[in-house]
Amino acid sequence: MKTVRCSILGFGAIGQGVAEVLLMKKEYLESIGLEVLVVAVVDSKGATVNPEGVDLADCLARKRTGGTVAIDKLTGVEVIRSVDHELVIETTPTNIVTGGAGLQNMIAAFETGKDVITSNKGPLTLKYRELMEAAKAAGSNFRFEATVGGSMPIINLANEVLAGNKLRSIKGILNGTCNYILTRMLEERASYKDILAESMELGIAETDPTYDVEGIDTACKLVILANSIFGLDATYRDVEVTGITKITPEALEMAYERGHVIKLIGEVSRERIHVAPRLVPINHPLAVKGTLNVASIDTELAGEITVTGKGAGPIETASAVLSDLVAIYGNR
Amino acid sequence: MRVSMDIELKDVPGQMLLALQPLSEFKANLITVLHHHQKRTPRKTVPVQLVLEIKPENIGAIKAKLEENGIKVVRVGEHRFRESINVVLIGHVVHTGIQDTIDEIDKTGFAEVVDISLSMPGINLLSSALIRIDAVGKEDLQKALDILKKVSVKKDLLMVLPIDIHA
Repeated sequence: MKTVRCSILGFGAIGQGVAEVLLMKKEYLESIGLEVLVVAVVDSKGATVNPEGVDLADCLARKRTGGTVAIDKLTGVEVIRSVDHELVIETTPTNIVTGGAGLQNMIAAFETGKDVITSNKGPLTLKYRELMEAAKAAGSNFRFEATVGGSMPIINLANEVLAGNKLRSIKGILNGTCNYILTRMLEERASYKDILAESMELGIAETDPTYDVEGIDTACKLVILANSIFGLDATYRDVEVTGITKITPEALEMAYERGHVIKLIGEVSRERIHVAPRLVPINHPLAVKGTLNVASIDTELAGEITVTGKGAGPIETASAVLSDLVAIYGNR
Repeated sequence: MRVSMDIELKDVPGQMLLALQPLSEFKANLITVLHHHQKRTPRKTVPVQLVLEIKPENIGAIKAKLEENGIKVVRVGEHRFRESINVVLIGHVVHTGIQDTIDEIDKTGFAEVVDISLSMPGINLLSSALIRIDAVGKEDLQKALDILKKVSVKKDLLMVLPIDIHA
């Protein structure tokens, strides 16, 4: 049995999802020879640390009743530097302006030779090349499947499963909130404003929906795909972005009468990174409904490969984190 | 093959039937009929444009049969427009001059706005239009879209293009 000692930095919805999945998958992980020992859980107020392994069920309970896991006044970076472990699971909130705590955590993790698995888009959007170089210099594994498309496999699919194929482009729906809003506007013939309000009530849109509806979230994901799959050195500024705030129910209806739906489509190739609402034929593989995400990879040998799945949700996103964990430690 | 045919009908009842009967006889597939009732010719006939899918060897026979029925065939040619695209425009589509937007495309000679649906839900609300553009070839279609893009930027219209078009 190989023991992997890890920390979970950021204990919001995703971090808690990771904890739940680790509890749920304990037996499975043991069956492939892995014991995952969480030695620290950190949220914005502090940390719970135990070199013998923290009690994840207890952490979840305390977070849900008391709002925090904090016992020791330690930050993520302090835990990385002072607690002995191999893997940092980085699930702090995305900040695309400064990179936030996530960027500091990742830098500290590589400086101390740790592997990193993350769901946090911000640092990868801002400092992709620097982070990759730091990981390489430290000999660390760095995986981030959960940053794009939630549970839907895309980065590992393109780089590993489709290895050997030259990839021409990837296009798809990478933001479930926009997909939900456009789907519901057509179904209800309701205005953008009304459906946005409904989405907020259901918790599908955030209280400040700007990142989602202006296409910024999709653009960030495309930057990650551009860098990790197409080998570019792109940042958010290289993306042409148009959001969905101007879409009218009348436009959706007229398009539908001609056999099309309108979707916010992200597209990346070596030449161009682009986000805009597009007309998609109703029977097209990218015309998925509700909060689903979808991506089509145009490959040299295999033709078009399309994947679809839930783009958000704690357990779904944690599924991508788990697959990264197994990819790093499972076959060693 | 696809051909366009310009014919002229006398302005009396039953003429359209006389025009369509030879098409049916030679199993032509009628794609579009444009009946320009307002555009009388000096001969007081009504011009009609047809687009047909037919076997090339039947063109002569159809033409002869139409003329036998008293219908003037002005022109027969290979159909020019091979490419077609739907585009959605959202914004103050009407107030910024929809005719002017259409003219920009039509005056190219290689592309035409052939259909338009328009919705204006109310004053101060955004209007939406769905237009169909036909063009001679793929490159011409791209050029027409480039023109439309410039017009859209100038008029602050959101242009929604099909997914398979290079935006």
